[in-house]
Amino acid sequence: MDLISGEKLEKMTSMEKIRLILDKVKTGRIVVLESGLTPDEEVRLIEMTMTEIRVDEFSGIEIESYPSKKEGSFFDKIFGRSIKGRMTVIGPANQIRTIEKDKYQISTKVSVGD
Amino acid sequence: MGFISSFKDSLGAWIKSIFKKKRAKIGIYGPPNAGKTTLAKRIVHDWSGDDDFGNVSHIPHETRRAMRKEGVVINANGSSIELDIVDTPGMATKIDFKEFMAFGLSEAESKKRAKEATEGVIEAIKWLDDLDGVLLVMDSTEDPYTQVNVTVIGNMEARKLPLLIVANKMDLPNASPARIKAAFPQHAMVQISALEGSNIDDLYKAIAINFG
Repeated sequence: MDLISGEKLEKMTSMEKIRLILDKVKTGRIVVLESGLTPDEEVRLIEMTMTEIRVDEFSGIEIESYPSKKEGSFFDKIFGRSIKGRMTVIGPANQIRTIEKDKYQISTKVSVGD
Repeated sequence: MGFISSFKDSLGAWIKSIFKKKRAKIGIYGPPNAGKTTLAKRIVHDWSGDDDFGNVSHIPHETRRAMRKEGVVINANGSSIELDIVDTPGMATKIDFKEFMAFGLSEAESKKRAKEATEGVIEAIKWLDDLDGVLLVMDSTEDPYTQVNVTVIGNMEARKLPLLIVANKMDLPNASPARIKAAFPQHAMVQISALEGSNIDDLYKAIAINFG
């Protein structure tokens, strides 16, 4: 399992993040992103995942993040600050399964080895 | 000259806004088997009389190509709105052909369906860039906190486009629209059965309010 800090993610472009995630997940690693992905990055990750699905090799990803917060603060809106992504867990679809998820907690089951 | 030209453009836009019907391109999104095509078929049938829009199946990813029906005029809530309805393939983060074999498809059929389903997901994502709003269909009997729901809602919020949640399958005994409302309280929600047509007028009113 790899825990990637928000600081490292901030320095990466969207494409670099997506490539890093997919490369790790395709080799069976679980990735935890401290500050998550933006909604656009999430959808691009799903799109890229679809292009890399191969029969008997890679069936896709399991990705879990919390729903966005309701609204940014008054000052966020005034200064045009976007709401930051929230912690996100990503893993191979055949190894990670979500047990339960709500606004505040994500419970997953991870299978290790064959 | 510039002022006169600008004035004429503004006047033209103002006249159009009064006399032209409101028009919006609306995508129907959701996970596989949430009832997107059933809903699209009902809307198209109710407002254009066309009974030949899309196929429905209990096997996931039946819709693997987006389908568009143009010029569907909905009259509700005292106003009229013309919609281009785009029924999109089910969004997913994983597609395993073996899941289709469990529904009785052969291995070859399942692999073909899986390949087409991946292309369908990409197509659904591409359509997000070309819409004025989204009807996000959720199965009321299922956990609403799926990544597809979270991702579609996050994208519509980021793009500041209108979103209406459709809590579908209210005809089933274990339907729980309250769970959906609790998960995404910041968005308008209508609870319906697309299959039986129950509460469908409430949906049309909500479409007129949210997309009109």
